[in-house]
Amino acid sequence: MPEATFLDANELILNMGPQHPSTHGVLRVILKLDGEKILGTECVIGYLHRGVEKIGENRTYAMFAPYVDRMDYVAAVSNGLGYCLAVEKLLNVEAPPRAQAVRVILTELNRIASHLLWLGTHALDIGAITPLFYVMREREEILNIFEAYCGARLTTHAFRIGGLQYEVYEGMEKQVKAFCKMFLPRVDEYEELLTENRIWKDRLVGVGVLTAEQCKQYGVTGPMLRAAGVKWDIRKAQPYSGYEKYDFEIPTRTNGDTYDRYIVRIQEMRQSVRMIEQAVDDIPEGPIMAKVGKVIKPPVGEAYVSIEAPKGELGYFIVSDGSTQPYRVRVRPPSFVNLQALDTMARGGLVADIVAIIGTIDIVLGEIDR
Amino acid sequence: METTPWESELTERLRRVFGEQILEFASYLGQNFLVARPEAVVPILQYLRDEVGFDYLVDVTAVDYPEREERFDLIYIVYSFSRNERIRIKTRIREGFEPQTATVVHPTANWLEREVYDMFGIRFAQHPDMRRILLPDDWEGHPLRKDYNILDMDNRWVKDNLGIESGQ
Repeated sequence: MPEATFLDANELILNMGPQHPSTHGVLRVILKLDGEKILGTECVIGYLHRGVEKIGENRTYAMFAPYVDRMDYVAAVSNGLGYCLAVEKLLNVEAPPRAQAVRVILTELNRIASHLLWLGTHALDIGAITPLFYVMREREEILNIFEAYCGARLTTHAFRIGGLQYEVYEGMEKQVKAFCKMFLPRVDEYEELLTENRIWKDRLVGVGVLTAEQCKQYGVTGPMLRAAGVKWDIRKAQPYSGYEKYDFEIPTRTNGDTYDRYIVRIQEMRQSVRMIEQAVDDIPEGPIMAKVGKVIKPPVGEAYVSIEAPKGELGYFIVSDGSTQPYRVRVRPPSFVNLQALDTMARGGLVADIVAIIGTIDIVLGEIDR
Repeated sequence: METTPWESELTERLRRVFGEQILEFASYLGQNFLVARPEAVVPILQYLRDEVGFDYLVDVTAVDYPEREERFDLIYIVYSFSRNERIRIKTRIREGFEPQTATVVHPTANWLEREVYDMFGIRFAQHPDMRRILLPDDWEGHPLRKDYNILDMDNRWVKDNLGIESGQ
């Protein structure tokens, strides 16, 4: 029970969601309030549960690949990359260099798209409407590249187990380069709108603080961890898909508040552009598929492979019993684990901040509920 | 699974501290894991966190083998920022056994264990909030068990709600 205030006010329970525009989908948060102050929160999730892991057990390895795109649907390419890498690990094959370079380009483009959507909606939640139109304009360019590459814009299914399904289309390098050139000044534009904006800072600075210690306790990864000062990124710590070849920095901040997480994500977009530019300049020649049988049958065994998705550590734990279907597919979704820290971040804050705090976690309910 | 033995300075230390409690140290595809008795898992997690630096619990999950007497594999994945190393701790438990919760060591285990309960029906002893997390509270069964038949579920739903045979 909360300590009684001098007014002896009663604890108020307020339901937020599941149908609430700023919960980014169907998240229901039960808020315990004392006036404006948050005494505690409880998340109710599962509204989007489709049983993806069960579906995985009932499909062949290749058939399951499109399903993973539907988890974190704003970063479908990352999901696909993680799954392909996990199955490749079980098969003990590696995608050829050409496929790896294209994978890096598309995954980093997708990271930018995901961060852009986050930026637009986060700003919109807080009351800044303009950035949404700006970021949608740039995101459109990325989705056009995806569409030209694989025919799909959102749930792309861009990769195959062992490499790529499609060769790069004619003019892809040119289009990606043009995007990079256009995009960097646009990031400056967003920063002009927001970074020093007094309302923006008033709403974000010091809100939803998570220290590095708390991040580790709650398993929080991705930009949230880096905003708390931990210089950790799986692309550097345990490189996959040839990330060790590219030169990039891990942006970090020290305060671990909502504002720092904004700065980290903005910086990450610039770093992604840096990687894309290096990768697109030097796509090696060669095959796009490793030698993988038509029927994918990994030997009996298990493997855990994780990648740095836009939201944090995305892991796949796959158990193979030697048949054509996985015996068990476990997805370790970053949003699910990060959302658990919501209570720690919101406790003691004001009810007006809860929207900013939900926004800053960058959750996608499709991934949380699976 | 064709594993190779896992020998390192860490396994020596763990062997010294936990002795018989750890049944096996092994490595598969370059990924190290150990198999421990169920009672030893939380002490091992605690030791790894405090003495070795495995301060990040990545995931808790389970695998169902219905034909085995010790039906479930319970898997904890831990990572150390200082050592840049990821290992798995595996344990085998029979149906109905209630393993100790890891929330005392890693608060993040709270939701992860709730999901294991939701999907496999493994209850964790002394867990602060042992409820379903993704499925509704009145859901019957635990979907990721191998004997949970999705076709039966579908047929039953069609029969109960539409009053016809689903024909699947």
